[in-house]
Amino acid sequence: MAYQFDFLPVLHNADLLLHGALFTLELTAIGTLLGVSLGILGAVVRAWRIRPFAAIFGVYVELIRNTPFLVQLFFIFFGLPSLGLQISEWQAAVLAMVINLGAYSTEIIRAGIQAIPRGQLEAAAALAMTRFEAFRHVVLLPALGKVWPALSSQIIIVMLGSAVCSQIATEELSFAANFIQSRNFRAFETYALTTLIYLVMALLIRQLLNWLGRRYIARNR
Amino acid sequence: MTKRRSALLTALLASLMLSQAPAHANGLDDILARGTLKVAVPQDFPPFGSVGPDMKPRGLDIDTAKLLADQLKVKLQLTPVNSTNRIPFLTTGKVDLVISSLGKNPEREKVIDFSRAYAPFYLAVFGPSDTAINGLADLKGKTISVTRGAIEDIELTAVAPEGTTIKRFEDNNTTIAAYLAKQVDLIASGNVVMVAIAERNPKRIPALKIKLKDSPVYVGVNKNEPALLEKVNQILAAAKADGSLEKNAQLWLKQPLPADL
Repeated sequence: MAYQFDFLPVLHNADLLLHGALFTLELTAIGTLLGVSLGILGAVVRAWRIRPFAAIFGVYVELIRNTPFLVQLFFIFFGLPSLGLQISEWQAAVLAMVINLGAYSTEIIRAGIQAIPRGQLEAAAALAMTRFEAFRHVVLLPALGKVWPALSSQIIIVMLGSAVCSQIATEELSFAANFIQSRNFRAFETYALTTLIYLVMALLIRQLLNWLGRRYIARNR
Repeated sequence: MTKRRSALLTALLASLMLSQAPAHANGLDDILARGTLKVAVPQDFPPFGSVGPDMKPRGLDIDTAKLLADQLKVKLQLTPVNSTNRIPFLTTGKVDLVISSLGKNPEREKVIDFSRAYAPFYLAVFGPSDTAINGLADLKGKTISVTRGAIEDIELTAVAPEGTTIKRFEDNNTTIAAYLAKQVDLIASGNVVMVAIAERNPKRIPALKIKLKDSPVYVGVNKNEPALLEKVNQILAAAKADGSLEKNAQLWLKQPLPADL
């Protein structure tokens, strides 16, 4: 093979990759917090068929889960300004991630809620739990516990999917990689290193979510 | 390939080249005697040259060729070329002139001669007319969209002052979309790209702010044709003086002719 591997030009730009990776993690953190919150809301509304919101969430879920993330992102960043709604590229990235994760987690968490036997709610009422206590201990935490692995995977998918946000000049990890590659043309080295960083980040997030699940969710199951 | 075959091929190529070497002493006299000016023009590079709705070539280069033919009082014969074959078309004598958005560089100057410039071509920072940018220092605090890795990206990155935000996009279309959606204050690109924007979105017509790289376009003439080159330069100088070049620039590039052209 004639290609001479040279990681030095990429390592010289390691700070760019690091900044990009941190920004990806920030986007993922905000996106996950807001997205899963939206998902819990949507799941409750859909599982309990609260009108008229159940229908609204139904349309939202179908719309988002059946269109590409890139198109959603472009609509928010390039389309909304035409309606007078001007948002910056990182806001557009976060908004797109929240909306996307919100739709998927609505369905994931709804599955968890619907898997809870009715008898448990009746038992909670018999124990004179308040509505909030019953919701928290009998509905939400057990439901999250049942679907925690699926939800964790979805969060990681969203983190990896944030690579697409480089298309609107959000300076996350993929943007940094593309930028470095456009300056030194070391495609193999740049993307090999970037792949490694994504892999490590995904594994770390998986560990963190597993730990959170064991610590706060599973024991309530 | 064996040595003998490659020698044969070389001989064949050499004879071909010899047979196509200009037999005439004076290209200008040939054109006048023939009554036709043969010009190589671009076929897919608007606004310099493209095929119009009537299937006829149109553009700034075509109009420049028409101007030259009119002034020489001969008929015009256009040959569509692309950016790789336009110089070979000239050097092999298939055309008399190349008017095909041709920029000047030392490699090309070894092969052909160039007339005086007839139109501007440059990479620059553009923005809405109400944004005042008088020098590089004014870029501070502004956001500029640019296509990542393009020459304008490299040039802009080198000269932009601290505090300038450069937003790099994947391709020309997203770079333009970001500017049109007001996601950025300014855009760095070529003046040709700006014509396309001006035609599509009259609300945010980009005006020239700062030039990054200047590469005006010239008429290409074969080497050792001093009479033809002189005549082309005369016509272009007269056309600049009487406003014909200005009219072409306004029509096709939507911008006035730079004073230093």
